[in-house]
This record gives sequence, C-alpha cells and structure tokens, in this order.
Amino acid sequence: MTPDALLGGFTDAPRQSARAFRAALEAMARPGTLWPIDGAAPPAPLSVAAGVLILTLCDGTTPLHLGPSYDLPVVRDWVTFHTGAPLVAAKDAQFACGTWADLMPVDRFAIGLPDYPDRAATLIVEMPALTNQGPRLTGPGIATAAHLSLPETAAFRANRALFPQGFDTYLTCGAQVAGLPRSTNVEAV
Amino acid sequence: MYVAVKGGEKAIDAAHAWLAEERRGDTSVSELSVAQIRQQLTLAVNRVMAEGSLYDPDLAALAIKQARGDLIEAIFLIRAYRTTLPRLGASTPVETAQMAVCRRISATFKDLPGGQILGPTFDYTHRLLDFKLAAEGEVPAAPTAPASLDAVPHVTAMLNRDGLIQTEAQGNATPPDLTREPMELPTTRPLRLQAITRGDEGFILSMAYSTQRGYGRTHAFVGELRIGTVAVEMDIPELGFSVEIGEVELTECETVNQFKGSKTEPPQFTRGYGLVFGQTERKAIAMSLVDRALRWKELGEDNTGAPAQDEEFVLMHADNIQATGFLEHIKLPHYVDFQAELELVRKLRREALAQAEAAE
Amino acid sequence: MTDQTAYNFAYLDEQTKRMIRRAILKGVAIPGYQVPFASREMPMPYGWGTGGVQVTAACLVPEDRLKVIDQGADDTTNAVSIRRFFQRTAGVEVTEATADATVIQTRHRIPETPLTEGQILVYQVPIPEPLRFLEPRETETRKMHELEDYGLMHVKLYEDISRHGQIATAYDYPVKVEGRYVMDPSPIPKFDNPKLGGNAAIQLFGAGREQRIYALPPYTQAISLDFDDYPFAASKADHSCDLCAAPDSYLDEVITDDQGSRMFVCSDTDFCASRRAAGHIGPMGAPRAGADVE
Ligand SMILES: [Zn+2]
Repeated sequence: MTPDALLGGFTDAPRQSARAFRAALEAMARPGTLWPIDGAAPPAPLSVAAGVLILTLCDGTTPLHLGPSYDLPVVRDWVTFHTGAPLVAAKDAQFACGTWADLMPVDRFAIGLPDYPDRAATLIVEMPALTNQGPRLTGPGIATAAHLSLPETAAFRANRALFPQGFDTYLTCGAQVAGLPRSTNVEAV
Repeated sequence: MYVAVKGGEKAIDAAHAWLAEERRGDTSVSELSVAQIRQQLTLAVNRVMAEGSLYDPDLAALAIKQARGDLIEAIFLIRAYRTTLPRLGASTPVETAQMAVCRRISATFKDLPGGQILGPTFDYTHRLLDFKLAAEGEVPAAPTAPASLDAVPHVTAMLNRDGLIQTEAQGNATPPDLTREPMELPTTRPLRLQAITRGDEGFILSMAYSTQRGYGRTHAFVGELRIGTVAVEMDIPELGFSVEIGEVELTECETVNQFKGSKTEPPQFTRGYGLVFGQTERKAIAMSLVDRALRWKELGEDNTGAPAQDEEFVLMHADNIQATGFLEHIKLPHYVDFQAELELVRKLRREALAQAEAAE
Repeated sequence: MTDQTAYNFAYLDEQTKRMIRRAILKGVAIPGYQVPFASREMPMPYGWGTGGVQVTAACLVPEDRLKVIDQGADDTTNAVSIRRFFQRTAGVEVTEATADATVIQTRHRIPETPLTEGQILVYQVPIPEPLRFLEPRETETRKMHELEDYGLMHVKLYEDISRHGQIATAYDYPVKVEGRYVMDPSPIPKFDNPKLGGNAAIQLFGAGREQRIYALPPYTQAISLDFDDYPFAASKADHSCDLCAAPDSYLDEVITDDQGSRMFVCSDTDFCASRRAAGHIGPMGAPRAGADVE
C-alpha cells in the first residue's frame, strides 16, 4: 500500500459527507449548475470533487471502475482504504471515475433494466475545466434552459434516448461538481 | 373566539411520564428485574429474540420490561436497536447436526440413533392451573442423567441415504440479507426462510394451519424437531481458520412431506424447514409448513391459489412490526384527507339531489 | 440513550446514509420512478413517517433549519415527535416558518407559501404505488410501469365519471411525471396537486415500510391525470379562513359546538399565523395570533 493512501480522507465523515451529499443532490437535481464540494484531499490525479464524491457515495457494496489514467496504485489504494469499494471492469461498475477519454466508449456501462432502471451506473467525469458555456440543457430540474461545458453531446443524446434507462453523470473539476442525469435533453449550440 | 389547539410537546411529555408510572405499577409490589424476566419468562424472551432478529437474551428481557409485556412492542424496540449496530461479518453456517440437544423428537420413527429426548416441554402437561405457583415457593430439582455423547444425526439424512427424500443442494453462496437489501419479487428460498423466521408467530402459525386444513395441503409429518445449543463460528481470514465466537440456542424442525411426484420430480418425500432462535417450537414447526407450501413452484406442483402458496402475500404480510405500524398509523390525524372527502361527498350529494329534483 | 453522543449524526450510520443517498440520486435522475431501498427499522413505527425520516436523515447538514408538519400544522403530536428526534440526533435548528426552512418534512400537505430554490420538501408516503389499490401485486405493478401500461388507472377514473359524473378522488390523486411514470403524490389533498409540478424546491418522497424512494426534481412536469372532457380541478371548501380571511388556502373544518356550528381555518398553521401577524383578520380571528390552549 502506498503511504499516501491512508491520508486525505474525511476527518469528520458524518458532517463532511452530509455537506458533500447536499452538493451532489443539488447538482443532480439542477443539471447545469455548478456546486462547490470538498472535505477531503485525494491523491492526484483525483480532483477534490471526484475524491469527495467517491467517499460520499461508494463503499464495499458499490463496485467502482477506474479509467486507465486513474487506475494507478496510489488511486487504487486510496479508494480501497477509504471506501472498500471493489475495483471492477466497466460493465460491472456501479460507479466509474476517469477522464471522458478514459470512460469511452460509455455504452459499456450499466443502463439499468427496463423494470429496474435505477440499477444503472453513475459516471464521475474529470474535466479540465467546468463552466456554464457549452451545449444547451433542458428537462427536469431546469426552469428554462442551462448550459454546461460537456465533453461532447452525441453520447449524452444517445443516453437520453434510452430513458428511463441510461447512466447518470457527474462532471468534476477541482472542488466543483455539476450533474447531468439521464433525463436531460442535450443540444449542441 | 377560536384558536387552534397547541401544546403537542407538553402532551407528549405528560403521556411519557404517565406511561412510565403505569409500567411500574403499584410501588408496594416489588419491581421486576431484567434477570427475572430472562430466567422466568424465557419463552417470551425467545420470541422477542427470534422476531427481533437479534440474539441477546438480556436486551430482549429489558425490552419486555420496557414494553410492559407487549411482545410486539418489545420486538420493535429490539429491531430499532438492531438497526444501529454495525454489521461486522457473517458466521459460517451453524452445524445443527452437532447440536447439544435438550429436546429431540421424531414423529416418523419410533426409535432412532440418538434417541427420542422429550426435554422441557408442555406437551404432556395437563393444562390445569397450578395454584401452587400463586404462592411463592421453590421447585424441587428435576432428576438428571449424564448427557449422552452419542452423535444425534438428522432423521432426514437417514432417509436421504435411501434416496427416499429429496436432496437439498449444498451451497456456499452468501445468502442475501433481508435487512440490508430491499426485497425483490419473486424471491429465493434463503430470503423466504429469513422472512419467515422473523415473521410474526401468529401469522406464520395461521398460514401453516391453513395448509393443514386444505389450503395448499402438503401432508406434513414432523420428521424431526430438535432444540439445543450450537456453536457459532467465524472465519478469521488473518488466522486462516474459523474460531468459535459464542453459542446460540436454536429450534430446528424438518418436516417430511408426502409427495406423489410431479411433472418434473419422481415420487419421494420432500421437506419443509424451520430454524428459529431459542426454544420456539410452535414457530419452527409452523415455519417448516409454510416453507414447504411456498416451494410448490420448484417442485412442479400446482398452484391451487392457496394463501400459503402465495409468496408475495406471505412475505409482504408476515412482519408484525410493519403490520402493526401501518395498522396503528390510522390513529394519526387524517383530517386533511377527511376534509377533502367531506367536500367531495357534499358535492356529489348536491349534484345527485339536484338531478333528482330536476327529474320530478 | 437518544442524545448526540450515543448515536451518529442524524441517527443513521454512514453506510445506511450512503445507501439512502444513492437511492435518492437515482430517484432524482428518473423522476417519478420508485427506487427500492433497504429501509431500516427506525425508532418510530412504520406508517408514522419512517420513510420521510430516513430521507431527511440522509439529507440533513448541520447548518439546516428543519420544519416538520403533519396535516399542514407544526404542532400536531407526530410532527412534534419527529422534529424533536432531529433536534436530538442532528442538533439542527428548527423553525415553523416555511420561508426560513431549508428542509421541510411533511405529511399530507404542501405548504401554502411557495417554496424556493435551496429548499427540500420531504414527503412521508404510506403506499408509494399509485396502482396498488387497482392491482395488489408488486410483481404486476412493476411490469405495468415498465410497459407504461396505465390503462387500469384510466379505467378506474373513467368508472368514477360514469358513476358520479366526475373523478371521485379527493386526495392521493395520481400525477404523470414528465410524460412517463404515473406517481403517487402521497395523501395530499388534490388542492395541492398543482404545486407538485414546476416547483422550485427539490421534492423527495420516502416510503419506509414499502421500501421505496422517489423524487421530483425542481421544475419537473407533474400533471394530474384527467380526461379532456373532465379536466382536473383542484378543490377546497368554498369559504375563506375564519381566522386570517385567506380566500385561497386549504381549509380544515372545525366543529365548534354540538349545535352544528363550524368554522373553517387554514390547515397550514404557519401561513395562517403569518397572515394574522400581518394584519389580515377573519370574522373569528383575534388581532393577537398564537395564544395557547391546552
Ligand atoms: Zn388562515
């Protein structure tokens, strides 16, 4: 185990994870809005936001897939020590974390079943930047329209077409998070 | 002038204080100790442990005291406490063939290896009130005999050697945990057995009884009923072997059910299984009958539409904590809904009367 | 036992909260779909808000201000009991003012005061399945949702119309969410249904005994089921509040003597008290609001 693996977790998990979840909830409920999220210091290349999401949502019952550029001993050890999440291949993952290129092709991820659409993966996509510029978003959680710097539109449009099945996405950069549930309509601008 | 009734907090505090006083009863009568409940109301303690899904006789006794003897309330206290406990691991399966039995009977064989042991049972007591118990006094010691060191093999294992009873598949799969995962229907036998063993004794009893009266009849005999203690062991990966972490008292019942064969299975005996914490034999027997009735599909039997064959019906209604909570919640205020209904009924009546008048 | 040192923040252990939080997020991502979750046994009875309590426990942060209402009122005994539970186990501030609350747990009402962004409304749900009283089997209703087969529901509503000349459902009135899932809004009066859709707050629904969580994200379409020739109409008693003169709030009918006298008062106690404090006085209201009667 790498020495850094033991560091950088929550110091007060009940309260820090509660605050982090509220940010994650607001982000998923209001697609296209950016939310601060912090409380942990994960090892690079994990962003604070991605690391905190993993600490908040993952445990021994949630298989996690690490994209190739994140599948490093230091990340594996950190995730294993702090969450116990089993590290798995994309198709078995309930959560996945990596860059967009890492996670492609995204049709490897679980989209849920017709009668249990909730059994779908949640992707944590690490972004070089996260802004309110980019494709136009409409749908549940959005009063009129929002914009978000998505890595692309086609994959999210294809995912929307699967509704109520489909994966759900968090986009992370630094200590910021945005959500993009499967229900959002995405249009290039 | 009207002001809305307030004072909910004061009312709750007063109710709690009154309840505590009623629980204690007349203070000129000495207070019941938890140890007394544990020692002298053992079967109540056992029921609370079984349906509370927590093996801890002291806590069960405390719950009975706190619940003023209302066993469902006591089970509720134990369940709510259980929720707060961490799940540290899973034991290896208990070996009931290695049980130190205090009672072991078979209705299918007159004598058998290990013998018939009647044990501490009400079975052949005459149900006459014993007024001697009203006066306090010590009970003379029961006669004892040295414990037999002979093995007490399962009756069904003996039948199985002759291929007369259906073989149960051995499996190492970790069974699902009803208290950790939402129930998904249709379900599996391990999950059904979990639900039944913690299900309400009265409900399981009535379901079992209904099968005896023809609603999903399974022709059951008690192949074997055994009560005793078994060791609980846990694998310790760091050590590479399992260690005994304690022992529990269990009641196990296996029924032998007549079976003429079906489209998929040859004629042979089949089994129903019951395993319950503590000395709880009514529950264990009832459990094995209900288990057997629910196995109709895997054995290729007909669904006769009997309630005890209906997995969804049995499993969704067996839990007395769910049932009592929902039943009693109708005590809570519903005046918003009632008001909505009141307005609707008034409107429907107004319109019906207007129509009747117009028709005249 | 019930103090902050003996139990974890907001009572539930972290693993349980993670499990509930994951279910909430999937509920938000699939509006109106009932997500199964491994409901825990809470220290209050099933049917008394255990689903709502678990959802609230999973959402609360130490900085929250919590409001709990039952039948629209903050001072009904079960609301008091749940509010106390969270004061003890999470140490959060509580409030009766809808506008000041960040999390509101409710049974049977949506507050009159419009909710805003940043607020979460948590509903206690007894029977989450809108089709349950038409088809008791979960295995069947799950298939109906999958196939979007809501014919039974339409048949039921249509039978109402042919028998009564209107849809005879006064509360617990089903809605269709974003044109996909038919959803049970919990037993709120249908008067409240129009507030379900397009709401600025996050609405979360928790059914403990039935082990389901579902959600309406903000600004989500939720349309009460109806027919073109029998459109949905929210209804309430044809009165104004006798205390605060509000013409448009949902009213409770209160019997004031055994001679058949009655009065109508807002079911939302905070709304009514605020109006009276602002000088709106109904025919039976007094200028000073909130005097206690034991
Ligand atoms: Zn009013």
